[in-house]
Amino acid sequence: MLDGRIEKDRSVGRSVPRADGVAKVVGTARYVDDLPRMPGELHGATVRSPVARGRLVAVRFDPSFDWSDVTVVRAEDVPTNLVAMIAEDQPVLAHSAINHAYEPVVLLACADPQKLSRAVEAVSLDIEPLEPVFDMGRSLSGEVVVWDSPGGFGEPGTNVMKRYFITKGESDVDAAIAACPVVVSGTYSTHHQEQLYIEPQGVIAWWDEAGVHATGSIQCPYYVHKAFVKAFGVEATRIHVTQAVTGGGFGGKEEYPSVIALHAALLAKKSGRPVRMIYGRKEDIEATTKRHPAITEITTGCDRDGKLVALSMRVVMDAGAYVTLSPVVLSRGVLHAAGCYRWPTVRIEGIAVATNTPPNGAFRGFGAPQTIFAIERHLDRVAAALGKDPMELKAMNLLELGDLTATSQVLRTSVGGRQCLDGALAASRYLERRAELDAENARRAAEGSRKRVGIGASMCMHGAGFTGSGERFLKGKVAVDLEKGGRLRIRTGSTDIGQGTETVFRQIAADAAGVSVADVDFAQPSTTNVPDSGPTVASRTVMVVGSIVEQAATEIGRRVAAEREAGGGSFAEAGDRLLAKEGSLTILLQYQPPDWVQWDDQTYKGDAYPCYSWMCDVAEVEVDIDTYETEVSRMWLAGDVGKAIHPLMCKGQLEGGTLQAVGWALSEELVWREGRILNPRMTNYIIPTALDAPPFETLLVECPYEGGPGGGAKGIGELPMDGGAPAIAAAVEHAVGVVVDHLPLTPERLFEASRGESLAPTTLPQGARR
Amino acid sequence: MKIHFTLNGSARDVDLPPMMRLLDALRHELGLPGTKEGCGEGECGSCTVLLDGEPVNACLVAVGQLEGREVLTVEGLGDAAHLSPLQAAFVTDGGAQCGICTPGILVAAERLLRKQPDPSESEIREALAGNLCRCTGYQRIVESVRVAARERARLAGAAQPASGAAGDPGGAS
Repeated sequence: MLDGRIEKDRSVGRSVPRADGVAKVVGTARYVDDLPRMPGELHGATVRSPVARGRLVAVRFDPSFDWSDVTVVRAEDVPTNLVAMIAEDQPVLAHSAINHAYEPVVLLACADPQKLSRAVEAVSLDIEPLEPVFDMGRSLSGEVVVWDSPGGFGEPGTNVMKRYFITKGESDVDAAIAACPVVVSGTYSTHHQEQLYIEPQGVIAWWDEAGVHATGSIQCPYYVHKAFVKAFGVEATRIHVTQAVTGGGFGGKEEYPSVIALHAALLAKKSGRPVRMIYGRKEDIEATTKRHPAITEITTGCDRDGKLVALSMRVVMDAGAYVTLSPVVLSRGVLHAAGCYRWPTVRIEGIAVATNTPPNGAFRGFGAPQTIFAIERHLDRVAAALGKDPMELKAMNLLELGDLTATSQVLRTSVGGRQCLDGALAASRYLERRAELDAENARRAAEGSRKRVGIGASMCMHGAGFTGSGERFLKGKVAVDLEKGGRLRIRTGSTDIGQGTETVFRQIAADAAGVSVADVDFAQPSTTNVPDSGPTVASRTVMVVGSIVEQAATEIGRRVAAEREAGGGSFAEAGDRLLAKEGSLTILLQYQPPDWVQWDDQTYKGDAYPCYSWMCDVAEVEVDIDTYETEVSRMWLAGDVGKAIHPLMCKGQLEGGTLQAVGWALSEELVWREGRILNPRMTNYIIPTALDAPPFETLLVECPYEGGPGGGAKGIGELPMDGGAPAIAAAVEHAVGVVVDHLPLTPERLFEASRGESLAPTTLPQGARR
Repeated sequence: MKIHFTLNGSARDVDLPPMMRLLDALRHELGLPGTKEGCGEGECGSCTVLLDGEPVNACLVAVGQLEGREVLTVEGLGDAAHLSPLQAAFVTDGGAQCGICTPGILVAAERLLRKQPDPSESEIREALAGNLCRCTGYQRIVESVRVAARERARLAGAAQPASGAAGDPGGAS
């Protein structure tokens, strides 16, 4: 039952056993810290800045400490002191400028981990403090400029790292709104979120005659490869980056592993020994990237029936101290900002600003959860102004096949929003439950009960694959090899970080070639052995990379079938004859986006994504009106996945992503003081447990995308992060009548909101609009 | 300090510093890296093992406490050729995604099914409340435990036909 051997006709659409499952349930899967100690191996540690902004004057090493067996690395030891990313602003180690708390300054390595901890304490940093900026509004005002735009990146002389505009329809948006009978304005905000993968970040690095090696918990081995090329100036062929089994990433292991891998490799280079660098949980929460906080202002106009007419929106995101991936996060944020609705007239402005907080980075959803929370909550306000149910308003304005998005993209394929909305509302009996729970609350109030119940919902769509021309520039590749005995081997840089890449790619290849899933191998992703498939991000693995796995395996199947026709025999026999004749058979393919995908990076108009996945979330909650604790009692999810290659894993993605959104909405809150985190532990940064999680009822909708593999699969990794928070906020509003437009909805904050206090984190300056 | 204890059913004699964490002893001294470290302070449950049949966080147990006691880790549940019903269900029914929390959850679930062979959904959630999972949303973990409970009942019924504790043979819901 568990060997993956199933009927040869088709594996796509079946929930085959997880390919990497057995090793994970018996404890033999080797995560980075499970890899055997190497001879002479040292442990590595980082000395970090305690202050948020300043000038490093001196580094003092306690003279009474025995430094004889401790390797020390400083900024001067880094050949090119830059982390290769979008902008050249982030040093591998701070040299003189300190731009955020926890910024790495000195690296240490020692064979004895206890002594290493003492060595960290024996280093003191002499930092002359400078005035920091923590608040997005203050940063945008430009009173204090805390970011040097490298090479003119962003808007020099200000804290603005990136700005985007999307426009559509009437040129005078304000006039279009003013002409509407119903005008609604609001401000919405969302906060930091820690990915909190259960396996902390870690890398082991060493140098030998072949060059430099790094293996670890990594989503994107080629990012680390690129970072090594930049920092060490080593030839690409002498850099070997390998993914170990990875215990969750959610974006947190997209770009940050470049930093920890560079640190480990610097220590390894200087010491001449292998260096193992594994973060403790506290260091991981403090120093690594998080979800960008955002504040969004919206003004809209619609007619009295609820037909949406015009949207004006400004979103500001807090990038933290360095650019990392913020321009791309902001891009995805603005591209999803109008939600999944028809807007004839649109103006969206997106701005990413610098603050003296640790750089924010990739996290599932990548900017979209922030803006989707804002637009969903805003439409709830519009519905209230109209006296309509929010979902009735959303349903009547929902994008359909042939409609135009905010970027003037014609939705030409795979539009499953309506089915998701209808499916989730029917499964949850949303409209009936609204009325039933109103009656229930009236009864509870009369009886003196201190708990109230509510139901709320949200709608969203999420673009799959890189934005616009991204895939055209990226040129993702995969190789499929024919191996002895009729086996196939997939070689790809797309990693399995828990989401199931290994299993799903095997299914796709098996069906395409006409073999069983058990006959397909998946090579361990290492930059030495696998082609660059592009990063494992952006809901692109199955839809984009999977589609070339399918084409490559189809070609192998075709070649073997031709050989069978010519000389007979089984697939394995014909395959072996082919290998005997040709020596080897490898199909290496590069992804080509459909020709019709047209995007203009200057005007931000066109096909932002070839297609979108769609989802409707419904949540029922119970709120205690004394403690303001919210319990999510049940959730219904309906997601349009195009084609479910592995239905169980699709449900696992939708449910797992939704629970991350529930945590973000209700309990996950980083508490900051002077740019430092007061709760960097699992004890006080609260993610949901099995008891906090609601039972999920999950419906898969299949509106196939013809460019996707297996009969039309679309990317769904990020989608479920989008709709959870606004559905919860709507349900809480239904339960207790408190409108909350600012996350999180912790009991304390919900109590404050119930007393009419504002939860807005900052006020944005109303500068001249461009 | 010399310590005699039972590990996954076998008698073991070790000589280790008494304050060494059981987690480090398992992973580094006893060759059992299946037990994972997620936080090192007893919050995440990734290092859950059974000590005399009760779940504990191995990061909070010192090996000096082990004398004469029994420890069960994920490696003691079954190997690749002999998966226990729980292990098999986590492979087939979506209980494992990234897998880092899986060993601790399997051990906690094993303890539940020993005490309560036919648990309700709330009993399953209660038993696993000390084990954090960031991937699954827990629904597939709950389903996997239910599937395993049915399989255990089926196996028990097959071994002892008179006991009559058969589960629902209908498979996953």
